[in-house]
Amino acid sequence: MARVDTDTSIGGSQSRFPDTRHSAIRNLGSLDSRLRECALDALIAAYWKPVYKYVRVRWSQSNENAKDLTQSFFARALEKEFFGGYDPAKARFRTYLRACLDAFLSNENKAAGRIKRGGDAMIVSLDFETAQGELRQRGTASAGQSPEEYFQREWVRNLLGLATEDLKHECEERGKQIQYRIFERYDLDDSAARPTYDGLAAEFTVTTATVTNHLAAMRRRFRHLLLARIRETAVTEQEFRDEARTVLGIEA
Amino acid sequence: MESLPDAVIGHLREVVNRPDFVGTRYEVIAEIGRGGMGTVYAALDGKLGRRVALKVLNILDSGGQAAARMAEEARILARLEHPGIVPVHDFGELPDGRVYYAMKLVDGARLDCYAQAGPPVGERLRVFLRICETVAFAHSQGVIHRDLKPQNIMVGPFGEVLVLDWGVAKITGMAREFLPANAAGRDDTAPGTAVGTPGYTAPEQASGTSDQVDARSDVYSLGRTLAALLEGGEIPRRLRAISQKAASPERTLRYTTVAELAADVERFQSGERVLAYRETPAERLGRLVTRNQMVVLLVATYLVMRVLLFFLPWR
Repeated sequence: MARVDTDTSIGGSQSRFPDTRHSAIRNLGSLDSRLRECALDALIAAYWKPVYKYVRVRWSQSNENAKDLTQSFFARALEKEFFGGYDPAKARFRTYLRACLDAFLSNENKAAGRIKRGGDAMIVSLDFETAQGELRQRGTASAGQSPEEYFQREWVRNLLGLATEDLKHECEERGKQIQYRIFERYDLDDSAARPTYDGLAAEFTVTTATVTNHLAAMRRRFRHLLLARIRETAVTEQEFRDEARTVLGIEA
Repeated sequence: MESLPDAVIGHLREVVNRPDFVGTRYEVIAEIGRGGMGTVYAALDGKLGRRVALKVLNILDSGGQAAARMAEEARILARLEHPGIVPVHDFGELPDGRVYYAMKLVDGARLDCYAQAGPPVGERLRVFLRICETVAFAHSQGVIHRDLKPQNIMVGPFGEVLVLDWGVAKITGMAREFLPANAAGRDDTAPGTAVGTPGYTAPEQASGTSDQVDARSDVYSLGRTLAALLEGGEIPRRLRAISQKAASPERTLRYTTVAELAADVERFQSGERVLAYRETPAERLGRLVTRNQMVVLLVATYLVMRVLLFFLPWR
């Protein structure tokens, strides 16, 4: 079963669950430091794992190098305002970020081998141990998968994970632990044999109808939180819809 | 946060996309079709104990224009009571905000699949005439389909024909009174906005000049549909001419109405001269001979007998 832990505090305070998240990318250049900070949190939450895994797998970097390069990339991106040059009319933000990352890594490679990045400021605390564990478990690229496809796959995985985490914390705050546990048992279970509704009803001493109602409500909320996470990483409405179709696996 | 395995991601995607019918009279059985605007499911109507088809708006399109358009599609369908148009039973909104409508569940094959099975030309033309009847009825009610193509037409097991997917229909004249007040712009797409399917859409429609879209735009699509329906076999010249006249890029050269198109197809079927084709005297003679085979046979027999009687020395 996929256990969902709170292993990092990135992405902002987990006690905030706004009903509507706005585009974080747009706020990166805001004059309001609070808005800028929130935007940074959201950006890093959505992208640091895909970036780290991409550096490890696609650029064949060691764990230590990949950790340093991931930190450096975000630090440099903010310092040099890489993302200020993003034009939503030309590409999705995700594609733009990956192009920036490739250019950054290419420059790093050219600069007399690996440069020890000890001098760079650590912008956030990222849980690289977990990310490395995930790579060992399932992070390798499939045969024939392009760098873009690999990055996208990991980005989708990360966003779904974030939405799951959001749902868990929201349920804890609102006293809906049983509802979440039913969702976790039925929808996040990785084992071949998914529990039956009747089995869950017996396990949680509720009726089968209650199980299906709880599941429907949790899925509805999960969908809402997932779309909110996607909205946060898109600039325009069209980009949001395109990215949502990618994440949800709907053909455009 | 532990990352989710691929199998869980696949499952989550599916449950997020799946419409939430909990608390309604419907129980989804299976997905049976997917389009740009919505997905169609086979479902069980628990109240009446019958199977229905549910067209549900895609989750990303809930609210706003797409929802309004689907509501109007349901209204148009409800208004068009005809054997060739699938009846709508119900319209509603799901707890997740998606609108849907319930309609008769249609068994049968899409027109392109039906044609691939190779039915005789006469049978294909009978089906085509049923399509024309349905579209002509819609036109008489002030509704232009605007997306006619083989994929939007079903042929049932008993030869019944259903024209589907009225989602981009244009409402004109008297039909407008059935639309809600806030749907005033429904009859026309925004200038420069094209609807329809490449290959089946009339040039004036593809260019987005919606003020020029009228019954002749559907005539164009029907001409292309007729050509697709006849593919795979030898198409008689006169029949080919009919489909070409219907699908003429210049709309003034097309049949003015669907009824005119259907009448020409019927003339072809009964061996009469068709409007779309200027035949040579030899072709005309050939057609007349074919059309009047029995008369020609009797006259020929009579003449042969007369000749024989004249020459035989029985006297």
